[in-house]
Amino acid sequence: MEDFQSETDSDYTSYWRDWFISSRGNEYFCEIDEEYITDRFNLTGLNTEVHYYQHALDLITDVFDLDCDDDMRETIEKSARHLYGLVHARYIVTTRGLAKMVDKFKRSDFGRCPRVLCDSHPLLPFGPSDNPGQKSVKLFCAKCEDIYNPKSSRHAAIDGAYFGSSFHNILFQVYPALVPVKSRRRYEPKVFGFRVHAAAALARWQDSERRDMRARLKEAGVISDSAQLFIEDADSSDGERAEDDENEIGDHGDRRMQISAEQDGGVELQRTVAPTQPLK
Amino acid sequence: MSQSSSQTPDSWIGTFCNLVGHEYFAEVSEDFIEDDFNLTGLQAQVPMYKEALEMILDVEPSDTNSSALSEEEEEEEEEDDGILGDELDEPAANQNGAARRQSGVSSTGRRHGRTSSDASVIESSAELLYGLIHARYITSRPGIQQMMEKYELSHFGFCPRVYCSGAKVLPVGLTDTPGQQTVKLFCPSCLDAYTPPNSRFQAVDGAFFGTTFPYLFFMTYPDLDVAPLKKRSTRDAAQGNDDIESTLSPTEPNATRAGMTVSRSSSLTLPQTPSIPGVAQAKDEKSSVTLSTLPPQPPAINGIATHNLAPGLGKGKIYEPKIYGFRVSERAKSGPRMKWLRSKPLDINELDEARIWHERYGGTLDGDDDIPAVSEQQDNEDAAEDEEEEEADPDGDAIMASQGQAPTNNRAKSKRLPDGDGDATMTTQGQGQKRGKARRKSTTTRNQGVEVSAQQLGQQQAGSNWI
Repeated sequence: MEDFQSETDSDYTSYWRDWFISSRGNEYFCEIDEEYITDRFNLTGLNTEVHYYQHALDLITDVFDLDCDDDMRETIEKSARHLYGLVHARYIVTTRGLAKMVDKFKRSDFGRCPRVLCDSHPLLPFGPSDNPGQKSVKLFCAKCEDIYNPKSSRHAAIDGAYFGSSFHNILFQVYPALVPVKSRRRYEPKVFGFRVHAAAALARWQDSERRDMRARLKEAGVISDSAQLFIEDADSSDGERAEDDENEIGDHGDRRMQISAEQDGGVELQRTVAPTQPLK
Repeated sequence: MSQSSSQTPDSWIGTFCNLVGHEYFAEVSEDFIEDDFNLTGLQAQVPMYKEALEMILDVEPSDTNSSALSEEEEEEEEEDDGILGDELDEPAANQNGAARRQSGVSSTGRRHGRTSSDASVIESSAELLYGLIHARYITSRPGIQQMMEKYELSHFGFCPRVYCSGAKVLPVGLTDTPGQQTVKLFCPSCLDAYTPPNSRFQAVDGAFFGTTFPYLFFMTYPDLDVAPLKKRSTRDAAQGNDDIESTLSPTEPNATRAGMTVSRSSSLTLPQTPSIPGVAQAKDEKSSVTLSTLPPQPPAINGIATHNLAPGLGKGKIYEPKIYGFRVSERAKSGPRMKWLRSKPLDINELDEARIWHERYGGTLDGDDDIPAVSEQQDNEDAAEDEEEEEADPDGDAIMASQGQAPTNNRAKSKRLPDGDGDATMTTQGQGQKRGKARRKSTTTRNQGVEVSAQQLGQQQAGSNWI
């Protein structure tokens, strides 16, 4: 797979694509292989989507030689950019495209997560819609699994369809090693050092959701008892899922409060609690 | 509201707040700074405190004046304050207005004066001092009002999270100690903290805003709508999970979507909105069943309005990873594992922990049982709890009636013998939530009730022997 990461298109002078990639605001795009874009199979259906399809394609592949006025040239230029974007969405889910995008991901070309507790984790581009002209590009953070608006208005104007809604998920399917370790840490709103009740109650509820998820995963055999689902699991227990409804409410108040109070003794606490609270 | 414009443009404070990167700062009024009480403890934190304070207040530096601020005497026109004149003088010695021996130091000796490096030290001290005062100021009433103006003008920007759809944020510090963390932005819609988009804010200390400010702000203005009004319900109706709706630029006018502003709240609190069940079914059948049978939602939960409780979280506001339209399973190695972080119960009542607890285990919100006085035994308890009210007003009945409690007569008129032991404290703590007690009838015995309240006060200890 490393072969694919080498610079491609060395045989050709990819004038237009070079220019396109390096122009301001197009930092999210990677360069599409010449051979990919010249394979008509990969362009199936795009001719109905793009005006002046043939001319645009010629422009992208640097064989454009139509003699025309500036307006026409401008229109074709626009079509070429659109076509490039649409091909790009297809290209980046191929093996070669993924490799290129992984490189860009590792270089944080798409920016970093604005969430404080994500510690500037690199982002990936994401199109909410696969149809062009509907949604602009968003950025996906794999650490908090949420989507954010790009900082720059230049990037916010890019059509999301040029990246597609599946790309980043496919990337992590193909490169599972890139999936970051998730964190249980959260921001706690405080007033004069005291946690705010409304936010803290919601946080406790969310924590119970997380424990439910952990229990579901255990039940399904996806993770073992000792699995480290979150990075903090090494240090402290996440608590256990309530055994049943009878215990659940008691659990809401009591045990969790203890756990949060004795963070250090968390592991020990779990050991003592676990036998009496077997999972279903 | 006059504070924001009270500063003259060429004052130090005005200049400081107009610097690039200082857009988040409010202009602290001079009255606030001149009140020594507001500066308590800052002397120990800021080097060259007195000089810094003079710089902030644009006071002509004068070493003769011991009282740091107020009456500066204009007789001495020297720019220097003699710091270099007596170098051995520790800044701390100057600070608390310890009189500098004006007779001992000749003015000519000080004339060579403050060097440029000295000025820059004072300048940075002044910035630190101003920041620390600022952190206190914005938690005061005029400060919060001033920040409100800035909030309404969106000076702090918007939440970058797509599902918050451009909720306005507030600056926050992650610590109150200066020099540790830069300023962050708190989003009330997702209750999370974000790094400011522009790198020029990376130079601003978070302690200059403090950890307390943002939530205190929203507690001060409980009626403030946290979620942007535009395109609230229509977004939900039109698109459901994929309603990532043109949030590219939160400021862009979205006239077409502003039409339906009936509900500012999230879809969660408005289960009757016709379009939502369809959306929900598409996403999660189990929850849509719950949705149709959602009990009435309270107008406020845990002290804040329901529609203001994290409107950016919950169903429809959680990113659902999909590949070619198919959801990625939770069980996949790369599957979603962080949905809990953005979740919120459909039925907001689930967050009313105290009520749930008491419904199950008896007792009332104030940790007391609620038997109308039928037995003499109870009098002691009632006496204890009514003691408080009586202290406030001899006619306890009137107070209670005005609170809409409709207390039973014999309870209210029971003998009030202060018993002076632990009970009194217990009821004192629970007193805030006393109303509603009379409404809730339970059959718990008195003994149980006492135990429950004791448990509650003890932070709901794990002991469950009394269940």
